[in-house]
Amino acid sequence: MIRVVLPPHLKKLAHVDGEVTLHVEGPVTLGSLLDTLEAAYPMLHGTVRYHVTLKRRAFVRFFACGEDLSHQAPETPLPDAIATGAEPFRVVGAIAGG
Amino acid sequence: MSTVRVLVGTKKGAFILTADAKRDRWEVIGPHFAGWELYHLKGSPADPDRIYASQSSGWFGQIIQRSSDGGKTWDVPGGEKMPEPYDPPAGGSNKFVYDVSPETGRPLTTHQWYDGTPHPWEFKRVWHLEPSLTDPDTVYAGVEDAALFRTTDGGKSWQELPGLRGHGTGSSWQPGAGGMCLHTILLDPGNPDRIFIAISAAGVFRSDDGGKTWKPVNRGLNSQFMPDPTAEIGHCVHRIAMHPARPDVLYMQKHWDVMRTNNAGESWEEISGNLPTDFGFAIDVHAHEPDTVHVVPIKSDSEHFPPDGMLRVFRSRTGGNDWEPLTKGLPQRDCYVNVLRDAMAVDSLEPCGVYFGTTGGQVYGSADAGDNWAPIVRDLPAVLSVEVQTLK
Repeated sequence: MIRVVLPPHLKKLAHVDGEVTLHVEGPVTLGSLLDTLEAAYPMLHGTVRYHVTLKRRAFVRFFACGEDLSHQAPETPLPDAIATGAEPFRVVGAIAGG
Repeated sequence: MSTVRVLVGTKKGAFILTADAKRDRWEVIGPHFAGWELYHLKGSPADPDRIYASQSSGWFGQIIQRSSDGGKTWDVPGGEKMPEPYDPPAGGSNKFVYDVSPETGRPLTTHQWYDGTPHPWEFKRVWHLEPSLTDPDTVYAGVEDAALFRTTDGGKSWQELPGLRGHGTGSSWQPGAGGMCLHTILLDPGNPDRIFIAISAAGVFRSDDGGKTWKPVNRGLNSQFMPDPTAEIGHCVHRIAMHPARPDVLYMQKHWDVMRTNNAGESWEEISGNLPTDFGFAIDVHAHEPDTVHVVPIKSDSEHFPPDGMLRVFRSRTGGNDWEPLTKGLPQRDCYVNVLRDAMAVDSLEPCGVYFGTTGGQVYGSADAGDNWAPIVRDLPAVLSVEVQTLK
């Protein structure tokens, strides 16, 4: 199972405590992980990626295994540690403003 | 006994204030959706326990929330049930996508930026939600960049009414200081096909066919910041208000000037009269007296606070021109808050209650049409909107 850490506002919106766990069908990529996340939690549509374009929202970032994956293409394979659940994939609200 | 429920949207969450018909003791519940901007909440006239809320964030975008129990619990329409194990996405309750389809939509093209250059249309947020007068599942949404959307399934999905944005003048619309927002939607209680909307800074538009086609109705408006001050399009209308018993009469707080039309917008006349300043945002009509109007004058477009540090509501009982200051219970020194366009509302009790919220976090209420005021709450986040439900 893949582990995803959401920012507090999105955890509340999705009615979850702690981490989200997902089962991703097929290759584990940035895009397939986000597709699965939105399928499991429909209320998150549009909150992490823009509708239609599916591009990352401007003030959202993606971190995994100490790396910033925010600017990676959707087809980018995620590290094995993410695919196996050893490490969580983190969705982070950019720290700007308040 | 009747009760009053005041729905307050703030910069950091929503609050619900309730009282009985005396309106002297209030229960305050909230914050709902803490940390998010709540531009607007409004209850359905057809089912007062059905309330819709516009929740947004610069980080995470637009969410629509819905309550079916008077605001006790909330859900995202269509997203409330956790799919097991992984059903397809339930829909687009938070999806506001301009209709660019060749069949029903219009090309997005551009509107004017602040400096007059073309700028692409970009969805930012929902400013105003207007539930249908007869169907709890039908709601209109006014959005930034200005367009009108409608749901007929209780907020699970939204479709643009593209005849407004595409009727021909969209390329000359321009943002006001707060953005290019469609902020007012008025439904005619006597004619289900008639809708008025207002946009900053484009003006007022009217539909007589349920939102399919639109015409600008701005004759008589005069805005000095425009190259042609009396042009039909480009006016920074801040708010319009209607009394349900007389829907052809509309009152307007414009960027500068308080205005009135007696013929559904075909022509407007100024009714600023003896106001200390005719700049402001909020305007509303007494629930039982169609000629009694309330405004909160603000000093100027650069000084968004009351003149002389005195928070005064002005009331006209003559449909405009003659205005009296209402000050009892309101701060009359050192007050430098603003009252935003959607932050004033009335109840329908006798006598009529009037309510408004400030950017300083106060919500003031008057149980006697403005003669006497008292703060219901003093220390909320900046208030963006105030709506009132009168519950029998």
